[in-house]
Amino acid sequence: MIRIRRAAILLLVAIALSGLFAGKLAPYPYDRQDRQAIDAPPDSKFVMGTDDVGRDRFSRLLWATGVSALLAPAAALCSIAIALMVSSLTALGRPALNYSIDGFTTICLSLPWIFLFIILRSELPLGTGAAAVIATTFGLMGVAGWPVPARVFTASIAEIRQSGWLMQARAAGISAPRIAIRYAWPHLRSLAMAQFYILIPAYVLAEASLGLLGLGVPDPIPSWGNLLVDLQHPDIVRANPWVLAPLGLLIIVMICLEILAPQKEVAL
Amino acid sequence: MTTKLSVFCALTLLLAACRPAAQNIVPKQLRFAIPGDPPTFDPLVVNESNAGAIRDLTSGYLLRIDRVTDEPQPDLAESWQVKDGGRAIAFHLLKDLKFSDGSPLTADQVAQTLRRLATDAATTVGDAFREAHPEVSVSSPLDLEVHFRTSVPRLERLFDQFAIAPAKPAKLPGTAGPFFIAEFQPGAFVLLARNPNYWKRPLPRLDSIRIDIQSSHEIELTRFLRGEFQVIDRLEPDFFERIVRNQPGAARDLGASLDSEFLWFNQSDAKTLPDFKRAWFRSATFRHAISAAIHREDIISVVYKGHAHAAAGPISSANHAWFNTALQPLATDPQAALKSLEAEGFALRDKVLRDGTGHPVEFTLITNAGNTARETMLKLIKADLAKIGIDVKTVALDGRSLGTRIGRTLDYEAALQGFSNTDPDPVNEMNVWLSSKDMHFWRPNQPVPDTGWEKRIDELEDKQATEPSREARRKALDEFQQIVRDQEPVIYLVNPDYLVAISPLVKGMQPGVAPPQLWRSVEQISF
Repeated sequence: MIRIRRAAILLLVAIALSGLFAGKLAPYPYDRQDRQAIDAPPDSKFVMGTDDVGRDRFSRLLWATGVSALLAPAAALCSIAIALMVSSLTALGRPALNYSIDGFTTICLSLPWIFLFIILRSELPLGTGAAAVIATTFGLMGVAGWPVPARVFTASIAEIRQSGWLMQARAAGISAPRIAIRYAWPHLRSLAMAQFYILIPAYVLAEASLGLLGLGVPDPIPSWGNLLVDLQHPDIVRANPWVLAPLGLLIIVMICLEILAPQKEVAL
Repeated sequence: MTTKLSVFCALTLLLAACRPAAQNIVPKQLRFAIPGDPPTFDPLVVNESNAGAIRDLTSGYLLRIDRVTDEPQPDLAESWQVKDGGRAIAFHLLKDLKFSDGSPLTADQVAQTLRRLATDAATTVGDAFREAHPEVSVSSPLDLEVHFRTSVPRLERLFDQFAIAPAKPAKLPGTAGPFFIAEFQPGAFVLLARNPNYWKRPLPRLDSIRIDIQSSHEIELTRFLRGEFQVIDRLEPDFFERIVRNQPGAARDLGASLDSEFLWFNQSDAKTLPDFKRAWFRSATFRHAISAAIHREDIISVVYKGHAHAAAGPISSANHAWFNTALQPLATDPQAALKSLEAEGFALRDKVLRDGTGHPVEFTLITNAGNTARETMLKLIKADLAKIGIDVKTVALDGRSLGTRIGRTLDYEAALQGFSNTDPDPVNEMNVWLSSKDMHFWRPNQPVPDTGWEKRIDELEDKQATEPSREARRKALDEFQQIVRDQEPVIYLVNPDYLVAISPLVKGMQPGVAPPQLWRSVEQISF
């Protein structure tokens, strides 16, 4: 198991480094167009072929890794942090507060976020720079994605509050912060990690969908999300299976994170 | 055991009954798809393509304009005569005309349709007719006259647009064309059946036409390749290439269409636009330079897979009647573009073009999100202009946001759009070219034209709309096209080809790029 974990760490480090040093590793700039090689198949010049305007898929994948491997986990982390903060308030055991949090979570769950995203994009100044658009998109995903994990955490916290060991800890006079950090958090941690892993691919795909609405990472900057947009054209996938490479990379990252997940060490 | 067998048989029969009828092949039935439900079956209020297809297949007209000869041909009217120098027209109808429901089609019914067009602002094709203040009089069951307050140039052409509709409103109205609407299942299909009272009996050759509602072009293509559909109208280039690979005989490129793709700069007085950018956008030299730096041939090969033609101006080269043949597509020459900009005070330093006051030349170019062709064009244009030091920020917006910015708030810098022309006659684009109109999108609603060339275009547009002589019209339109080319308020890029797929089993179809593209001789279609 240790070997597998080491391999997973190495793989993740390699992927992260390839993204971070895309500028050095990529054979071409991510926006260089070769209009004589539109949708070209893989060859010695373009190892993964080219896209619809003749850009090297391999170079774009490296650059995209730098964008998505950093931003999607960051947005997922943001959602989990907000969800933990909101749901931990229910641990105070105040019914009125619990009802308020429950109601607020329900409202946020029922909001049509996609339309709010569209409205927001239409209100953004057209000249907004690419970095600001990317930050806004992932920031919003991070903020908008908290209600579902919050519901899971709230249910878990309610369960913990009813557990025998908590009663014993209280009876033994252990302070509330110590109970929360030393005893309750390990129970929530595995849950938080599971939610974190669920959100990462969800955000990568959400970014791809938002790209169709003019949000997301703007062209020509590549991301796993906007590279995956090509999957909507089955003929392109059939002609060049390397189009699936971003999806493969996403799956590899998810498996590695799953192997490294701490839940196997937590004794519930 | 017997009970189980009975239940099994019953379920099998039930499943067989529930099997979509779309799977069945009906002899002498043409099948194709439209992307959505037609919002109306009233031919006089049609304003989108789904209802337009139904109208083209079911309607009868007093006369039709032959798109090859550009001359009027008889339809429900056996003959007609233009009188009083274009202030009146008299029609003599064919004998024994009937609508598909059996009700008589006489001069009274035609007069009712024309009176409705004259008074009902909801009708979508009657603007020019209504503005001429027509008065309709019926002298016999086969004869009627329409009088106008002023002379109407090319008067008979007006009547090519008006489908004659029965006076009595109905959910599925009777028709005077080759087919009538026999059944409509919203979200599923429209079934057209042969009109038993069609005046060209024994035509039409087909028994029925089934039009499936199919929003997915991918599914539409799959069903065409399986033989379930026999026709696809207006194919995307990618889909066209797939048909070429799978059924080479079915793919037909009809050549350049009347449509055009273009970009323009916001030259309005909008406060959201900085003065220094307004000065760039109002400079013909700047617009020419942008135009010359864009590789149209790359747009054709990359975006349209070779199925487009470089545009030379506001009228497509496919419009043989009115295109100014002296105009050639603009040559791509980024170096010449840069030189002309430098002559205007711009300077390229460190790969960044700056104007005379030091502002880096950059602008946002907006288009429709989800329009793959335009989004790809944005990528190419951005790269092309980067080569002369111009930074283009490309933004794809949803349709409503785009419409609001272009049509209402004017909060944008440049836009990439296209026109789908429904009529070859340039008179229909007057609302774009007259400087006083709100559709004059680069600088709308001018009380008086601000530039000499816009004033001249206003004069030429008025002239071509009112001039009865075809030669005089052509001269005015030639000059208009030359001015647009010289000033380039709109930078025309390409005229996409009209791409269709027609099964080799279908006979008698005469597709063309002018409306109604596939359905001009629908009564002659057979298998």
